[in-house]
Amino acid sequence: MMYVIAGFAIWVLGWLVNLYLANSKWSDYRAMNLAIPLIFGLTVLLVWECFVMGFEVNPVFLPRPSDIVLRMAIEMPRLWADFVQTIIKGAFTGYILGGLAAFGIAVLADRSEFLTSGVLPVGSFMAALPIVGIAPIFVKWFGSNWESKAAVVAVMVFFPILVNVVAGMRDTTSMQRDLMRTYGAGYWPTLLKLRLPAAMPFIFNGLKVATTLSLIGAIVAEFFGSPTVGMGFRISTSFGQLALDMVWAEIVIAAIAGTAFYGIVTLLEKGVTFWHPSQR
Amino acid sequence: MTQEPTIDAKGLHLTFETNDGPVHALQDVNLEINKGDFVSFIGPSGCGKTTFLRCIAGLETPSSGHISVNGLTPDEARRARAYGYVFQAAGLYPWRTIGGNIRLPLEIMGFSKFEMSERVERVLELVDLTGFDKKFPWQLSGGMQQRASIARALAFDADILLMDEPFGALDEIVRDHLNEQLLQLWARTEKTIGFVTHSIPEAVYLSTKIVVMSPRPGRITDVIDSSLPKQRPLDIRDSPEFISIAQRVRDGLRAGHAHV
Amino acid sequence: MKSILPVFTIIAAVLFIWALAVVPMNMHLTADQAQRSGAIVTPDTPIARKETNGFVLALKNPHLIPLTYVGKRPNLPSPHQVAVEMFDTIFGKKITSKRSLVYHGWITLAPTLLGFAIGTLLGVLLAVGIVFSRVMDKSVMPWAIVSQTIPILALAPMIIVVLGAAGIHGVLPKSVIAAYLSFFPVVVGMVKGLRGPDHMQLDLLRTYSTNNAQSFWKLRLPSSTPFLFASFKIGISASLIGTIVAELPTGAKAGFGARMLVGDQYGQPILSWAALFAAALTAAALVGIISFVERGTLRKMGMKPA
Repeated sequence: MMYVIAGFAIWVLGWLVNLYLANSKWSDYRAMNLAIPLIFGLTVLLVWECFVMGFEVNPVFLPRPSDIVLRMAIEMPRLWADFVQTIIKGAFTGYILGGLAAFGIAVLADRSEFLTSGVLPVGSFMAALPIVGIAPIFVKWFGSNWESKAAVVAVMVFFPILVNVVAGMRDTTSMQRDLMRTYGAGYWPTLLKLRLPAAMPFIFNGLKVATTLSLIGAIVAEFFGSPTVGMGFRISTSFGQLALDMVWAEIVIAAIAGTAFYGIVTLLEKGVTFWHPSQR
Repeated sequence: MTQEPTIDAKGLHLTFETNDGPVHALQDVNLEINKGDFVSFIGPSGCGKTTFLRCIAGLETPSSGHISVNGLTPDEARRARAYGYVFQAAGLYPWRTIGGNIRLPLEIMGFSKFEMSERVERVLELVDLTGFDKKFPWQLSGGMQQRASIARALAFDADILLMDEPFGALDEIVRDHLNEQLLQLWARTEKTIGFVTHSIPEAVYLSTKIVVMSPRPGRITDVIDSSLPKQRPLDIRDSPEFISIAQRVRDGLRAGHAHV
Repeated sequence: MKSILPVFTIIAAVLFIWALAVVPMNMHLTADQAQRSGAIVTPDTPIARKETNGFVLALKNPHLIPLTYVGKRPNLPSPHQVAVEMFDTIFGKKITSKRSLVYHGWITLAPTLLGFAIGTLLGVLLAVGIVFSRVMDKSVMPWAIVSQTIPILALAPMIIVVLGAAGIHGVLPKSVIAAYLSFFPVVVGMVKGLRGPDHMQLDLLRTYSTNNAQSFWKLRLPSSTPFLFASFKIGISASLIGTIVAELPTGAKAGFGARMLVGDQYGQPILSWAALFAAALTAAALVGIISFVERGTLRKMGMKPA
């Protein structure tokens, strides 16, 4: 009972603190923009802990945050091995492969207006499909180790990146292209000096979307066959053993990995597209 | 001393096929522009002045007729980098500094690093933007961006400069200042300039030759050789000679309209 | 629609490459089967064949090439096999039969639509909250953005089992996942849309002394419509994918996801491919319907798509 009351109290307290901070005169400072959501997150965690204790929720449904943290500390070596297998070998490799392939095809298709006007609708369509459904098929073709996961990821990220690169290269004004013509610039100088730099905001948009897709692809693909290591594998087997805290531990790792990956790409984006109005 | 005209157009026709039927952008245009001329093209929308400039630049292909630039076809001249083009908007690449933007044509044309930095400095000085080479376009005002765009067109020493309403988007005070600077630049560099404008005072102030055009179909109504001296302070615009030339331009424009 | 011809060309090219790839992909299996039925195969031992790649094997056994297109358990079903299977299970079976793709389609579609509706409604409400409350904006919005980078989809099967253990079966658990997946794109898109009107328009309304509610209904909501539709399209595809993933490895017996898995587990790859394509067509149809409604609505409002 005490815990339930404590939980409500913390919830109200957290809300009030944030209410005060958000409407205060410091509310636009950088530090405050970090502090407020963090306070919100912390409040959620504390309330979660209290409610699970207070309402005596079965840990099979919902473990306590403290249990999860404990499990993470104990199982760090295994979590690390899973991370390397799924994220580094599976997701990251697939991301690079799919991205390079998409880029290459986009540049090839770009030489023909006919092709690009076909590629865009088809690519957008494919990007909306449940491509993760090919995972069982790829496991059958490429075996159950990380290669099949990388293949699934590569196909999943291929279409969004392709569509964005193609759209980005088209996004130059006729005036900019005419300028290049007045310099007698051929196809390659125009591509390298105008269309690729102009396409960067679009390309990064695609790359950011692809980071999340690559993680999902790698983890879900492991549900269909994996050596005894890997985040998806760990999630499904821990789940089968009702070790929910391990499941959540993997999810936390996945969340951190996902946010970090996205964050790195966003940093790169800031560096490359510093000139774009959205970044200034 | 009969010299080949730098730009020579004979019987030029250009028809665009649009959804609403053919548009006669240019009809039977004949014009000679000599070396060192400053020629303005003036007329209402649709009279073909920009289209004609683009034909000279090799950016449009005429349906019939003949046009030569420095004795070559416009396309050959374009590939030989015979002219610099200034558009209505500065069109600077936002991911390059001002210096980087000026270097753009130089990189494409294969100048050496040393030559490039020397040229950038020189043209920035010509347009009075010294010291701005490391700034980005969005850090500059509209007038300054347009000056940078002119500098870019001058960087590779083409003898022809083609300008399509370059000062149209700027306010009048800045415009007057830039007009003066452009004349000084022309005096220093002795280029042949083709200049499209909507503004009668601008056309009369800047040019040695004014080409009045009218629409539907696009054609030349009048070619006026200016009697104003080459050295022109801004207040020449109040002189009787200036006013009479402006009047002639106005008459040419009205005559063109009456054709409709 | 001038892109129809290029689109068809690309699709035709893809189909062509697919049809060609069938041969090397299925050659080994076909060779084994053919040998068992007494045909002559070069090289004639499975061990020797293992070393040769599919292309070479095909070149050495041209008489087996047609057989690669009609195998019962191919590595890569041919386009026509998939098409026939789809036709058969969509039109050739009773809608209530457990073999019918229409039946499975409905099992997947119901939670998708329900989840999408819930997720969208909640998303719009949260977006309104974020736009009008500074506290919500600063505390919740960052999490809304971050949550899109977390692969929650990987949890989908778990959520199904947990809710199943709590006695919640059927449409609801899958709807929860679908709702979650469409929720955040809708929030982010709506916030962008509601904040969209430029200062000049907002100031104009202030000169008319409109209050917040009136400016919401008369300006912010209408001007955010293009963004809303863009989010809908993302949301509905995410919902569909979420439902399918939720159906995957949890012993689910029905739905597109279950079908894809069943085909894989029982050695009937053509079944899997047919289900995959049916899911793809469903996704296309859903996005198409939204686009259609979007065009009509925006035309009536005199706006252009985002």
